[in-house]
Amino acid sequence: MSAIYFRDLLIALRAGGGALTGLLFFLAVIAVMPFALGPDMALLGRLGPAILWIGALLAGLLGLDRIFAGDREDGSLDAIVGGSDFLSLVLTALAKGLAHWTASLLPIVIAAPVFGVLVNTDWTASLAVALTLLVGTPALSLVGVAGAAVAVALPRGGVLVSVLILPFVIPTLIFGVSAAYGAGTDAFWPPFLLLCASTLFLGVVGPVAAALALREGD
Amino acid sequence: MVELVADGLAGARGGQTLFEGLSFTLRPGEAMEVVGPNGVGKTTLLRIAAGLLAPFEGRIGVENGLRLGDISHFVSSLNGMKSTLTVAENLRFWKRFQAGATERIGEGASVEEALEAVGLEATAPLPFGVLSTGQKRRVALSRLLLEYRPLWILDEPVLGLDAAAEQSFSGLIARHMAHGGLALAAVHGSLGISGARTLRLGALS
Repeated sequence: MSAIYFRDLLIALRAGGGALTGLLFFLAVIAVMPFALGPDMALLGRLGPAILWIGALLAGLLGLDRIFAGDREDGSLDAIVGGSDFLSLVLTALAKGLAHWTASLLPIVIAAPVFGVLVNTDWTASLAVALTLLVGTPALSLVGVAGAAVAVALPRGGVLVSVLILPFVIPTLIFGVSAAYGAGTDAFWPPFLLLCASTLFLGVVGPVAAALALREGD
Repeated sequence: MVELVADGLAGARGGQTLFEGLSFTLRPGEAMEVVGPNGVGKTTLLRIAAGLLAPFEGRIGVENGLRLGDISHFVSSLNGMKSTLTVAENLRFWKRFQAGATERIGEGASVEEALEAVGLEATAPLPFGVLSTGQKRRVALSRLLLEYRPLWILDEPVLGLDAAAEQSFSGLIARHMAHGGLALAAVHGSLGISGARTLRLGALS
């Protein structure tokens, strides 16, 4: 299924593909926070990891509805669904989720420690945020394919996908932020391991649900 | 060699039965043109034959029980290509994707050979989006050659093609049939294939 992964990545990186929109949105959310919260450096520093996580989560929701919509509009979805048995359809959904993550969320993971400076987050906390984002955000993309598959037939499915997906990634947000706050102490590991577990769990459930939705849809 | 058998097939769309009691056998080397007025269920029949829709009643399948999606190519009225990728990138993707099918029946042509077969080898480095309507259609049809599958299911394949391209596509189908292939095509005119059978869908009273 690497064919799907590399094609989707190539499309995202081409003009108008939207790979950088997520990153720009993330930057926008982080950059306006200090204006809203005021010049209290200590407060900003305390809220920093949570702001970074919320920014990444919202930015990650942006491109989700396009995962299958483009393929449906140009007719490739028929050839993809028709030419796959259930297992290869699951793998296709997995590949599409991973391509979305690589194009939209990996740049955010890499940029997070740098943008942490904007919200007065020290290096330990910033690196912990990047690490928890690296482990946690794949869950967003992988459960996102299920939402994208359910909403693929709807012309304006974008908001619906976000609303469908958000409840499923709330545990990811909770464990991610609490692990980031526990950076450098013993309080890091329990939420971090739960974060890994929730990513693995959603990474299986999401593609299977997406394949079911694609197969039964239409 | 596969044989496509439909038995008592009925198709429905949006809760409305479009056709029923359809039985036919398509043998190796045969082509069938599905004709009929708009909205009579031609595309629905093709989607059922491609395994994308479940029959409302009856059954359709191949003798040896292979999955329809594995032994068929379905070219719908849409082209299935990305406009921001080049023609060659699009076809390379389909070549790799189709080669990953569960049941492979035979090898197909290379991307260059497939483009040459539709007379568009010069367009390989161009973005798909800049091609003309007819050229886009020809690129979409060249996907049929990238992986050998015996059953070609075509929805208005020659829509937008000029006379020469139409004739050359008839040649491709004829060659496919000569190698034991099957073709099921919804058309408004004719594909210009000698010996093609016609399935006329009429409005249900």
